[in-house]
Amino acid sequence: MSVLTGRDDHLRRRRFVNRVMELLAWLAAALAVAILGIVIFSVAKKGLSQLNLDLFTKPLQLYGTGPQGLANAFVGSLIIVGIATAMALPVGILIAIYVNEYAHGAVRNSVRLTLDVLAGVPAIVIGFFVFELIVVGHQQSGYAAGFALAVLMLPLVSRSTMEVLALVPDSLREAALGVGAPRWRTTLGVVLPQTIGGVLTGAVLAVARVAGETAPLLFTSSLVASGMQYNPAKPLLTVPLAIYELTDSDNPSDYARAWAGALVLILFILFVSLTARWLATRSRRKIQRAGR
Amino acid sequence: MTSLDVSPDAARRPFSGRRMHLGDLILQGLAGLAALGSLVLVGLIAWKVIQGSRLALSTFGLPFIWHVAWDPVHNQFGAGSFLFGTVVTSVAALVIATPIAIGIALFLSELAPRGIRGPVTALVETLAAIPSVVIGLWGLLVLAPVLRDDVDPALHSALGFIPLFGKASYGSNVFTAIVVLTIMILPIIASISRELYLGVPPELKEGAIALGTTRWEMIRGVVFPYTRGGVAAAMILGYGRAIGEAIAVALVIGSFTGISANIFKPGNTLAAWIAQNYAGLPSALALSSLIYFALILLVFSILVNLLAQFIVRRSARAQGLTR
Repeated sequence: MSVLTGRDDHLRRRRFVNRVMELLAWLAAALAVAILGIVIFSVAKKGLSQLNLDLFTKPLQLYGTGPQGLANAFVGSLIIVGIATAMALPVGILIAIYVNEYAHGAVRNSVRLTLDVLAGVPAIVIGFFVFELIVVGHQQSGYAAGFALAVLMLPLVSRSTMEVLALVPDSLREAALGVGAPRWRTTLGVVLPQTIGGVLTGAVLAVARVAGETAPLLFTSSLVASGMQYNPAKPLLTVPLAIYELTDSDNPSDYARAWAGALVLILFILFVSLTARWLATRSRRKIQRAGR
Repeated sequence: MTSLDVSPDAARRPFSGRRMHLGDLILQGLAGLAALGSLVLVGLIAWKVIQGSRLALSTFGLPFIWHVAWDPVHNQFGAGSFLFGTVVTSVAALVIATPIAIGIALFLSELAPRGIRGPVTALVETLAAIPSVVIGLWGLLVLAPVLRDDVDPALHSALGFIPLFGKASYGSNVFTAIVVLTIMILPIIASISRELYLGVPPELKEGAIALGTTRWEMIRGVVFPYTRGGVAAAMILGYGRAIGEAIAVALVIGSFTGISANIFKPGNTLAAWIAQNYAGLPSALALSSLIYFALILLVFSILVNLLAQFIVRRSARAQGLTR
């Protein structure tokens, strides 16, 4: 009898430990969701009241008077992220093609390792690198900032492209080569079109990631003239940098503008991530169909 | 986000020894050039950062790393206190974030009911996508006042006998930076760990359950040992992120250039100090010293990354042997 109750206690304790651990895991997940909720709620609450037409039509001016917005920051961010995408996307795809379709053994591994190392380099170090490479002796510019963001995008784009290229079934390659298509036409005409959705997903996520980066812009595009600026050969204001600079102010209305900028940035990133998710499910279905 | 190779590497080169076409030559040439370009790029980054810090390197040498000074008037610079701040904040953030992240990953891979698994996974990934400047803004204007008024004094009165939890008076302090960094690396470690947990062969898990283990005992006995290497690598990657984070930390850590055990005092880190001082540096030596900081961060990040890769590869090999 006593033996049996002892066993019962033992089982009860094991079940109790199990219950506690499961509860802790639930709590951890709830905590993450709660943090996200609180951050987004704070930004929305403080930013919404500032979302007006002036924000999108009037530039941010240091020591300026009258109604101010962030128009120059939005324009600058679009231009710089556009430049970065135009540089990183083709090169990233080419690297992925090389690694996945051409390279062997050690070469392949060393390129992958290089991309991993590049992905791990802190953004602020990239900023100094571009500063030393381009800005010293010349001047800060939208091009320099775009290049810095492109360096950050490159490993993201090529890694995601590699992942979708690896999903394309070999039967497709074999079929194309079997009817006599040369390797390059197989790659560009048959394999790559299958991956368009996945490549776009990766590109879009990379855009979302670098659009919020501030650190690489500090040394490459921070000396900004007042007023609108569309010329990427000159330094351009960006949304993250504007937020960073506005927090340094003593003026409460500047904080309000920082929140508004943060809200627009978050909305943009949420929109882009959702688009990416949608593209990803679509392209996965397409590749699966092609494999059959 | 940085990610690890969790899926087995699929080699796709069944066709070799074919006649080279001109088109092949061009495509392979361009692609190879791009790949070579990435190698050159990493080399160039190292070279340029070393070049930029050469003045500080030749003036102060290696002792710069542990020398505690930032005195533009007497041209005395050192990384000591900043390195201290970097190590304290990143290690503390890692220690706090890891168990929570593992809990999240277990929830998403083992516990969550079907209906909420997808949405919660998406939310955790969204948390990772929030820009550091927004987290920093929130940390400065929302989190820091709450910590200053409620959390810091409570911790001080409960644990004040430990020097770490000294008297609190500022909202911008090392502890706030630790909380912000924890929030930033949490989703990184959680999402990599989740993928690893999902990759544990179901027959192993079912075997354990069939032997009569509870779910937690199965996790401890099967899931944790199977994914140990990968989770360690995920922690290392999160740690690398915490070391290099500049903007969010710059906004919430205050600005103090000394060493203090009290985490409720302002402090600083290498990356944050760069972000706070990028404009209006007093001298070429000061700029060069900041780039020396970047060099320390670069070396740190490369070592951290190589270590993570090494661990992943070793544990993948070990799994290949036992399976």
